[in-house]
Amino acid sequence: MAGPVLRLPHIRLRTVLVHLAAWGIGVAWLIPFLGVAVVAFRPLGEVALGWWNLSPFNPTLANFAGAWGNSDCPLSMGIRNSLLVAVPSTFIPLMVGAFAGYGFARYRFPGRDYVFLSVVLLMAVPQQMVAVPIFKLMLSVGLLNQFLGLILLHSAWGIPWIVLFMRNFYRTLPVEIEEAARVDGASEFKTFYRIVLPMALPAFAAVVVLQFMWVWNDFFFAKIMLQSTDRAVATLCVTQLSGQFTRPWDLLSAAAILTLLVPVGLYIVLQRYYIRGMIGWTIKG
Amino acid sequence: MGAPNRARSGPALSFRRLAERSTFFMPAAILLLLLVFYPIATTIILSFFSGSSFVGLGNYGAILQDPATLNPNGLSGGPPYGTLVNNLLWIVIHLPLSLFTGLVLAVLLQRVRGASIIKSFIFLGMVTPLIVIGVLLGFTIEAPVGFVPAFFGSIGLPSLDVNWIAHPTTLLFGLILGSVWSWTGFSTIIYSAGLTTIPKDYFEAARVDGASEWHIFTRITWPLLRPVTLVIVTMSLLWELKLFDIILGATNAGGGVGGAADVLALQMYRYAFVALPPEANKAAAVACMLLLFTTLVAGFLFRRLLTGDAPKPRAARRLATSTRAGE
Repeated sequence: MAGPVLRLPHIRLRTVLVHLAAWGIGVAWLIPFLGVAVVAFRPLGEVALGWWNLSPFNPTLANFAGAWGNSDCPLSMGIRNSLLVAVPSTFIPLMVGAFAGYGFARYRFPGRDYVFLSVVLLMAVPQQMVAVPIFKLMLSVGLLNQFLGLILLHSAWGIPWIVLFMRNFYRTLPVEIEEAARVDGASEFKTFYRIVLPMALPAFAAVVVLQFMWVWNDFFFAKIMLQSTDRAVATLCVTQLSGQFTRPWDLLSAAAILTLLVPVGLYIVLQRYYIRGMIGWTIKG
Repeated sequence: MGAPNRARSGPALSFRRLAERSTFFMPAAILLLLLVFYPIATTIILSFFSGSSFVGLGNYGAILQDPATLNPNGLSGGPPYGTLVNNLLWIVIHLPLSLFTGLVLAVLLQRVRGASIIKSFIFLGMVTPLIVIGVLLGFTIEAPVGFVPAFFGSIGLPSLDVNWIAHPTTLLFGLILGSVWSWTGFSTIIYSAGLTTIPKDYFEAARVDGASEWHIFTRITWPLLRPVTLVIVTMSLLWELKLFDIILGATNAGGGVGGAADVLALQMYRYAFVALPPEANKAAAVACMLLLFTTLVAGFLFRRLLTGDAPKPRAARRLATSTRAGE
């Protein structure tokens, strides 16, 4: 009889402990970010022996101004260049992959599954595997150090996962409407953009978020493709501020914050699509 | 026997439809052939040459004998161990730790209010550019600005209250543990999604039957999460093999003090883009070794995914293989 009476506080204590642990871990996970943020907003002299020393405490935007208008690699330019690269590098492979993914989902042809598998396997290829030939190829056609070259490279590189993701998505759509449209004489393109495209918009959103962040966060391709400082994207600027022997943590922290602001902001706003996209291309393979 | 039937199903396609259908693939085919397949093939060929003369596996042999790849003194003397060993160390330490932490967090967060906020905190490391993660880790383990050395100093471990960046051992293991911190968001999110696919009745029925939480976990949660675990393991392995930005961001193109945190991808980068004159052939050989490892890992996952989601008992798998062979 005393059971329920005794169990109630027992459960409560447990719940409280679980909540304390979970929130404690969550906040602890932020410490490295917190440290960089605190350094970014304070003069270097105050934080040289640890950002957690709070006196004296004179918050300032000078570090951000220094990184934004830096003479070596201004973040204002880096972020602009990142946008100039990332936006086309998102929409080109989206279109290309949306078409090819549809083909793999709906059309039958000999060897289709092998072709599809070899495209999907490209997701495992390390970027280093194409670096040298790409460098030589781009040099020979005059696209080295050009945004167009990097955009084409990112577009090609994004196709495998977008094809996989879109193909898996199309296969969840009922095929009957498309068949009916074809019987009525609609062309393949008309069937695609009148019937399939409107239904695929949520999947496109997931692709846009993931691919944009992927390109924005990329470092290696940008590093080998964009050699001159006036073409540097944001991730390149972060390393160019690093200095040879000592690291200017004030500038570097501000640059790091500015560089991560775009993908983190995008994630916060479009979290739903991001998670859906990530789970889509991992679990529902 | 099924194939001809399938081919005959439906009316033959008109030429116009066939042409239309192939244009769906055209742009992707052109981009992939030119900018992915062609460079991969070229890199493979390059790896067997030295200048213009064919050397067979000579580049591979030279790389494996290079102390930068495998350091024979590392066993007794500590880091640098060499790039190959370091990538392996990452796999041995980073994979189980991030997997386990993610699983524990996902299970813990199931019944917590505001779990989505906590998950976002943990996931922050996954949306941040990896080069920034590298800078952040370097900052966190450097003394005296960083939090980690000061933390160990304050709990009375002066041997860890040093500049982690400046000592090979602390640098290597600091970055490995730091990358667990950044990558755990992945396993947490994927495991959380996996947990929601398990019907709630299973847990409730088990609780009604008086099963302990541990029992529920080992008998229900863990077995049903196996396909999810498989995906996380594969993705983590690929990530650990492709490691590049974090090391460069935290240290330099040389992999830090004495090359202690050097990895294969970084070694390739140095051969191709830092060395003067560039050693494109050795770079290609390192890249091919990486490709070999990643393809093995990915091939393993895709085979599983194609033969069905859950890993099957051996007998069923043998049956599936023999059926395929008999086609």
